Amino acid sequence: MMKGLRSVGLIAAAGLAFSSTTAFADELRIVSWGGAYQKGQSIGIFQPAAKAMGITVKEDTYGGISDVKLMVKSGADKFDIFSSGAGSCASGAAEGVLEKLDYSIIDVSDHLPGMYSDYCAGADIFSVVAAWNTETYGDNGPRTWADFYDVEKFPGTRAMRNKVDAQLETALLADGVPMDQIYEVLNSEAGIERALDKIRTIKPHIAVWWSSGAQHAQLMKDGEVDMTTGWNGRFDVAKDDGAKVAYDWRTGIMDWEGYGIPKGAKNKDLAMKYIAEMMKPEYMAEFAKYITYGPTNGKVYELGLMEESRAKMMPSHPDNAKHQLTLSTEWYSKWRTIAAEMYTEMMTE
Amino acid sequence: MSLTTNNINQNELRKLAAREGYTFFGLTVPYLIMVTALIAIPVGWLFYLSFIGRDGTFSFENYERMWKSKAYIKIFITTFKISILTTIICAAIGYPLAYFMSQLSRRWANICMIGVLIPFWTSLLVRTYAWLVLLQKKGLLNNIAIDMGLISEPIKFVHNTTGTLIGMVHIMLPFLILPLYANMRAIDKDCMKAASSLGAAPSRAFWTVFLPLSLPGLLAGLLIVFVLCLGFYVTPAILGGGKVIMAAMKISSNIELYFSWGAASALGVVLLVVTGIILFIASKLVSIDQLGSR
Repeated sequence: MMKGLRSVGLIAAAGLAFSSTTAFADELRIVSWGGAYQKGQSIGIFQPAAKAMGITVKEDTYGGISDVKLMVKSGADKFDIFSSGAGSCASGAAEGVLEKLDYSIIDVSDHLPGMYSDYCAGADIFSVVAAWNTETYGDNGPRTWADFYDVEKFPGTRAMRNKVDAQLETALLADGVPMDQIYEVLNSEAGIERALDKIRTIKPHIAVWWSSGAQHAQLMKDGEVDMTTGWNGRFDVAKDDGAKVAYDWRTGIMDWEGYGIPKGAKNKDLAMKYIAEMMKPEYMAEFAKYITYGPTNGKVYELGLMEESRAKMMPSHPDNAKHQLTLSTEWYSKWRTIAAEMYTEMMTE
Repeated sequence: MSLTTNNINQNELRKLAAREGYTFFGLTVPYLIMVTALIAIPVGWLFYLSFIGRDGTFSFENYERMWKSKAYIKIFITTFKISILTTIICAAIGYPLAYFMSQLSRRWANICMIGVLIPFWTSLLVRTYAWLVLLQKKGLLNNIAIDMGLISEPIKFVHNTTGTLIGMVHIMLPFLILPLYANMRAIDKDCMKAASSLGAAPSRAFWTVFLPLSLPGLLAGLLIVFVLCLGFYVTPAILGGGKVIMAAMKISSNIELYFSWGAASALGVVLLVVTGIILFIASKLVSIDQLGSR
């Protein structure tokens, strides 16, 4: 199942309001994004952690934080834990649909700085990058966002996300705004409009507005577009499957994913203990073998749980991280709704 | 004497007719309950919700937003444009096919019908993705055409309006053919023979006799296709590449964006009202009675 058919998920979520799944005392239900990402989570984290605790964990896919909001607001009971980007989690927290995490149970003392919040326990670090088709451009693809937005130097079709998340930043970086000022500039409607205007300049070249990680990976695999924004791990998996795709860390916008608990979850206490279990470095190291998303727990490196060659492929590796912008969850909790509305307007006009 | 008998008979008949009326009304009660419970109440509820703002009080904000933003009008235009085009193309393809099938012997017609029904029974998602595989830049169709030297650059079939229309026509075609074919089958072949014996050339017999007789089926089919198209979601979402945004997609993204049912139901209400107006005008142009009386 893909993150993509979001609406289908939404409709399903609406339908869930009427169905009731019974939760057992030693059973947890966890939802994530499907595809290569969830496969890694399932094999590396979810199932081994469940086994260690002697409980049953049922997995499903979902459509993102909006599903959590719909579920809580309609009083349905579908899952106990969800896997979500930090920004989305922050917006869920702002709407009051999440349970506060109990960090006396969940140990984050070894977490990298900033990789957890009151409502979201960080689990992996990923990046949004500009990927290009090596059949079209060879090694000299768009290595910076300025290149991505330069349709004369790099003629060809592009794809961007159909949602605002981590897209406006690319436009401002292309416009020459220094990394440390991106969110300052975006801190007003005029700043958001500036980013949108930059996107408008390449709009005729945007062949697809993608809606899921599986979709942008497929777009690159099929050679449907020449370059796209997207998540680094999906491109690495596609590359292993033979896709002609490459990206440069200089386009990276680093973000982190974590686990949250919807307000009123039936198995809240068990969910808290399970999240605590999943924070252990050995699970994160195992997960990173399947997809190139780095651990939030610094112990993974300290204990040497990851081979250096693999560690170098992670967005959070110091050699890679130093080129990248770090996504501001603060900005998203403040501006996301307004920015999303303006972004949709730009897409539709 | 005979007069009173007549009166008695008439009274009896009237009673019988009334009883029959009640019986039939009684039989429709389950349906009426179902329509009320599953359609009237939810639609009324949506209508009510569309006037509830984000803070939970009565407000026009959901309608104001649609009025202020250019995106909404564009989305409605796209929705109706795609629906009308799909309906027209379905008619252009479906009518000759249904006509052809109606002229075949039962046996061959049934074989053709299987050809119509198998795609109809196949999952909509599967068919939509199949089109994507066939039509994309390096898809089967473009590759074959390039290999054969017909084109040098791949044609953009998908991730645009063309792709959306191809997918939607394919999915909607059976909805037009089924009522139309049933209608055409029921047309008495002797009518055409009578027209010929009175000296009408085949084309004239078709236009003046067959076509008017098949109109009820055609109109029923067109109506079904058009109305179903208005609410289409999956196919335009996948084949439109995010550039063809129809009302249903906006409804879903509004729920995500504003987390209030009101923002989404206002769109539904407007779509329902506009559709109602269009169908009303259409029924004035083409008398809806034609659907019933043949």
